[in-house]
Amino acid sequence: MRYAETGFDLEIDLSRGSIDRVETDPELSRLHLGGQGTAAKILWDRVPPEVDPLDPENLLIFSTGLLQSTPVPGANRTAVDTFSPQTGFYSHSLFGGFFGPELKYAGYDKIIFRGKASDLVYLWINNDKVEIRDASHLRGKGAQETALILKEEVGEPNAQVAAIGIAGENRVYMASIEHANSSASRGVGVIMGDKRIKAIIVRGTKDVNVAQPKELAEISIPMYRKMYDNKDCGDSMAHGEGDAFHVDNFAWGNARTRRSEFFSKEMENDWLSLEDKLRQRWTGCHNCPKDCHQAIKYPGRMPYFQKCYSKLTYAMGAFGDLDFDYNIIGITQEYGMDAYSTPQTIAFAIELYEAGILTDKDLPDFPGPDGETVEGYKVNEARFFYLVERIARREGIGDVLANGIYAAARQIGNGAEAYDHNTIKKFEQVPIKLGYVNFPYFLMYATGEKMNITQIEGSFPQAPIADKAERAEFVKNWDAAPERFKKWFMEWEPRQNPSLEASVHICDWNETMHYVDDAIGTCAFLSSFRGQFGGRPPYHIYNLPAFITHATGIEFDTDGLWEVARRNRNLIRALNVRRGLSRVDEKPPANHWKKREPETEQKLLDMYYEFKGWNNDGIPTKETLDKLGLEYVSNDFIQRGILPECEGDQS
Amino acid sequence: MSNGLKKRIVKEIKVDLDKCIGCRACEMACSGFHAVPKFSSTNPARSRIRVIIEDRKDVYVPVRAGDYAQAECNCRNSYVINGKEYSECSFCTVSCSTRDLFKDPDSGLPLKCDMCADDPTLPEPMCVQVCCCDALTYVEREEEGENEVGPRGEIEVGLESLVNRFGIDKVVDLVSQLSKTK
Ligand code: SF4
Ligand code: SF4
Ligand code: SF4
Ligand code: SF4
Repeated sequence: MRYAETGFDLEIDLSRGSIDRVETDPELSRLHLGGQGTAAKILWDRVPPEVDPLDPENLLIFSTGLLQSTPVPGANRTAVDTFSPQTGFYSHSLFGGFFGPELKYAGYDKIIFRGKASDLVYLWINNDKVEIRDASHLRGKGAQETALILKEEVGEPNAQVAAIGIAGENRVYMASIEHANSSASRGVGVIMGDKRIKAIIVRGTKDVNVAQPKELAEISIPMYRKMYDNKDCGDSMAHGEGDAFHVDNFAWGNARTRRSEFFSKEMENDWLSLEDKLRQRWTGCHNCPKDCHQAIKYPGRMPYFQKCYSKLTYAMGAFGDLDFDYNIIGITQEYGMDAYSTPQTIAFAIELYEAGILTDKDLPDFPGPDGETVEGYKVNEARFFYLVERIARREGIGDVLANGIYAAARQIGNGAEAYDHNTIKKFEQVPIKLGYVNFPYFLMYATGEKMNITQIEGSFPQAPIADKAERAEFVKNWDAAPERFKKWFMEWEPRQNPSLEASVHICDWNETMHYVDDAIGTCAFLSSFRGQFGGRPPYHIYNLPAFITHATGIEFDTDGLWEVARRNRNLIRALNVRRGLSRVDEKPPANHWKKREPETEQKLLDMYYEFKGWNNDGIPTKETLDKLGLEYVSNDFIQRGILPECEGDQS
Repeated sequence: MSNGLKKRIVKEIKVDLDKCIGCRACEMACSGFHAVPKFSSTNPARSRIRVIIEDRKDVYVPVRAGDYAQAECNCRNSYVINGKEYSECSFCTVSCSTRDLFKDPDSGLPLKCDMCADDPTLPEPMCVQVCCCDALTYVEREEEGENEVGPRGEIEVGLESLVNRFGIDKVVDLVSQLSKTK
């Protein structure tokens, strides 16, 4: 019997209309766990670099995490993996809620889509019964509207739905996949749309078994209370802490302007009371005691769920206010648009207009000029509404902007490239502009493959503690940290960088925890993202092995887990290397920090590559790959001339 | 007891709809606890508590499985509470033919909350234990009342539904057959 997982994937060929239930190799769980890890293996095996992301041969994979649907609380993340037309690289996103658990209860660990349907379809999974159905009646419908229609249509109020809105239908690169209170972004919605999948609806009523039930229950049941009582997990910034962190520290507009004097106590209180008014309730994800998601009812909009820092991304992009943000998410979430990339792309377009690079010809009837209000909105807010419609429908200039900032800047030309100042690897970054280069962050930004810093940072604290006694206290009960980090944290003084060596390890530890979470499905807010604030994440590298072992029956210890994370990290890097990723791509935006240390930065990169067992172009060496059991990767690299025949002359 | 009244313990799970975060941890814990061996599997479809969620209407109603009914009731209720409309059956605890809640997904037999009866007795039912936000809370109190028959057990409820489905003769035949072979 397979434990924690079902042992079956669902293979859907949309071009041929075929549906297969395929048994998987249990060895892969030992090597890659599940989720993103096993998805990466499938992408490696089946999508060679010659396949363009918009070719039918590209795959779109929905993966449950290994611990999903077991008694382990907070393991509910579903990974979506594919290749992105925006970056040309591997594209990965996670979403919470209830979809993955339902899929596992239906008897599948993954859904693997290949090919393209000739017209819009939806997939209906009802345990063993799986159908590809016509979705032409859903064309143009909002993502949640679609969910409601489908539950009614199949007569299953308990089914779970993941759907795209019109942005996905129109192959907008920043399209998201929406589900219940969660969404998947960073380039996966466009592929769902390109394959003409409007939605997946799933209902599952089968058992998911675990290997060592008594032991697993003993450590899992107390976790609910531990997590609930732990103030340092969940999304505390969304929840009660107020908005000052983001408002004061993140940049406004097209990621340029800090407004540290802007936010007053009074304003903060106004914002909090507006939220209280709009919020119907806080909700959680499957089997998690935290409640990070606000159910919002904004007048005139379909009720929706707000999470993370999306309540400010539009407001800050538009120099607008909170009310505007809650208003516009009511639209963008139905359209299915990434709340990080979309506002940045729009702010970029507004800057181009102000600079005269885009004109009234490109933007007919564009709201303005500055200083006026338009139907009660500030000018920029009105412009945001205008551009959201154009982008979601790929109308006029929207067709260009829908390709993301990097490509749009080059298509528009005429100096627009200079306004693309906040992308890495062609992908829009969180709008953060700071003073002095931060070594660990330099490495995380430069070498990350998950495209957004929130998916890379998170275990080592963001800031040192000034008071020595407090620092010692912090380190004393820091169960999540390997010993070496305690020493480095003790040595870390305010306004200093950790040593180069420490910085390399910090980057490594931070990303490792994400590679663990993204394979087993534990939420980053309970694990990889949360150690950086408070240092007390409920899950960490020392207690997770027991959960995995008891659930799956496969023995894991801390070293073993770290090794799987390393294997997955290298395999994902290999996917990108095969698509041309190299050292030249590995750099944060030039203006991310005002003061840089170019030489030290390059030294850091050298050290990090060496530590990782990569050559100085950032390519894993044959030795590194072979040690991880990735001989098939090194062989491929040698065949393609990416690595030399003889290990000796690697440089 | 001269007046024919006896003290008895009334066990109650209070439900606060406003506090429910819709996490379905209660379903996981209930189905895990009732698996054999305990926690060897989870399956919300087997849970004796289900959370009826209509997220766009802000409807979150945890319901525990009560008695089995052979047919649907002939007069359903729908409620509007604080302006929120709850679909009919939302608050109903019955395992009835119109819904797929509270039926074992394999056998179709009705499921019923047994308050996690176990030896030793749990400090609190499982669903309450994992509901940290207090949407579910457990109360025990003493009441004086008629010394009535205890709650009907799972076997009784299950057998009755088999009788309803296949007729008493078939069930009796089968039971006597089984008793010979086992
Ligand atoms: S911590 Fe928050 S975001 Fe994470 S699973 Fe729990 S409720 Fe969802
Ligand atoms: S555990 Fe509590 S909060 Fe969660 S769904 Fe059940 S009743 Fe609601
Ligand atoms: S579930 Fe609905 S139809 Fe069935 S008994 Fe309850 S209220 Fe009546
Ligand atoms: S009291 Fe026990 S049996 Fe009843 S619903 Fe709760 S967990 Fe299930």
